[in-house]
Amino acid sequence: MNCQQCGEREAVVHLTQIVDNEVSTVHLCERCAAERGIESDVELEKSPLGSLLATVGKEVGAGLPETETAGLGHLRCEDCGATLQDFRDIGRLGCPLCYTTFVRPLRELLRRLHGSTHHLGERYAAPGSPALRDAEAQVRDLREQLERAIETENFERAAEVRDQLRALE
Amino acid sequence: MIDLSLLSDGGMGWLDASGPHSDLVLSTRIRLARNLAGRVFGVRNSAGEREEILTEVRAAAEDVEPLDHAMLIRLDQLPQLDRQLLHERHLVSKDIAGLDPASRVRAGSALLVQNDIGVMVNEQDHLRLQGLKSGFALEAAYDGVNDADSELGQRLAFAFHPEFGYLTSCPTNVGTGLRASVLIHLPGLVLTKEISKVLQGLSQVGLTFRGLYGEGSEVVGNYFQLSNQTTLGKSEFDLLDHLGKMVQQVITYEEQARQVLLRDAPSVIEDKVWRAYGLLRYARSLSFEETMNLLSGVRLGVGLSLVPGLSLYALNKLLVHTQPAHLMASDGPGEVSGVEVAIRRAAYVRQTLEEEAGRAA
Ligand SMILES: [Zn+2]
Ligand SMILES: [Zn+2]
Repeated sequence: MNCQQCGEREAVVHLTQIVDNEVSTVHLCERCAAERGIESDVELEKSPLGSLLATVGKEVGAGLPETETAGLGHLRCEDCGATLQDFRDIGRLGCPLCYTTFVRPLRELLRRLHGSTHHLGERYAAPGSPALRDAEAQVRDLREQLERAIETENFERAAEVRDQLRALE
Repeated sequence: MIDLSLLSDGGMGWLDASGPHSDLVLSTRIRLARNLAGRVFGVRNSAGEREEILTEVRAAAEDVEPLDHAMLIRLDQLPQLDRQLLHERHLVSKDIAGLDPASRVRAGSALLVQNDIGVMVNEQDHLRLQGLKSGFALEAAYDGVNDADSELGQRLAFAFHPEFGYLTSCPTNVGTGLRASVLIHLPGLVLTKEISKVLQGLSQVGLTFRGLYGEGSEVVGNYFQLSNQTTLGKSEFDLLDHLGKMVQQVITYEEQARQVLLRDAPSVIEDKVWRAYGLLRYARSLSFEETMNLLSGVRLGVGLSLVPGLSLYALNKLLVHTQPAHLMASDGPGEVSGVEVAIRRAAYVRQTLEEEAGRAA
């Protein structure tokens, strides 16, 4: 069976999804599957990631004043030199600092990929780094975040923060 | 040829079918993606940096009990056939093995392996830790790889972000960096045509599936790899718990489907199983795909106690050793034609089944 997206390569990933209450199964090659954020072994370095990535950073602009988005295209990671366009082209970030440099467009992408933007798993402190802030300070911080999320009617975020708080308490 | 003889079953301890539900579930694999803080990811780094990363990881691994006797396999110094063989054993990804026609193996690419723990170094992430267990064993597989991760993380500084968690080169892996895969054999659901319903249900709850040993093809031999789709926004425990519950459900469905088959069409099933066995036992040339499908029939027969005296261990070994690189490598180096591979495959299968029959008698 051939991939339903590109029609060129053999379909190896069979993804069932619900769109408008309709259940459908999509058969994709590794490359097109990876474009949709599905794990794949294939090397993507030289292939554009296409649909999802092409929009990265674009919808961040929607509804925001232009001054907020104007600089996005010119952002360049200080550590590795990657730009948002590089990320769109290869679907890979260049270094850890990229996550800070492109934080706003990334949050949007992560929400679409994972349905969340917040890590709820194991906390890690690198050797020699100042220890993780004590739990109390973390809880205080999360409470503030929760209030802010409710104020701005970001209920999805509020639910996430509540989960984080629960995990700590 | 690369010598893997010091590793249990050549790095495939899971073949022994000692784990829970190992008639249905071949293996459980947990992978954790980690990167070193302050270092450029694999896509952008130089050969020199990759070499430094390998040196750092090796030094750390020596002090870490789960890896202190690890065998180091430098993929960048191996011929293609050896790399393909390691890939067929699920020890390395296609990416790091440089098996894609468009790519080649990159400098510094290596595998550290000790018992059922492996660490790919210089994959798209600096480290990919992997734990592999026989059968349906999410917890055991996670415990092993989590140990190695915690200990390595005390010696190496991993890239970690307070909001996003463990940082990975591809944003599909960020957060926990955890991908758990259960390799399961579902002939009952396929034969009763229930499989698409079940798979649909799984994708609605955030799981994905793909075939095994794809050779670029779709699901072969009714083997499915079920895994979590997302890595961010849930704890490691929740990700594993969720996958575990769903796999348990699939196991129940498969068992029910098998009972239905036995009840409604016992003679059809018995005939199908023995035809598969007969072909495998006597054929002189076998394609990869045909072999996978026939092995599926025989495995079903063993699960239903229709075929006596055939071990799951032998069936598992057949799955691995009938793949192309294994057959090409089986008689020393040198070009081997497709016709010759099919002949070797049939000979290997025949011999294994004869030995099993002799052992049982
Ligand atoms: Zn495609
Ligand atoms: Zn960067």
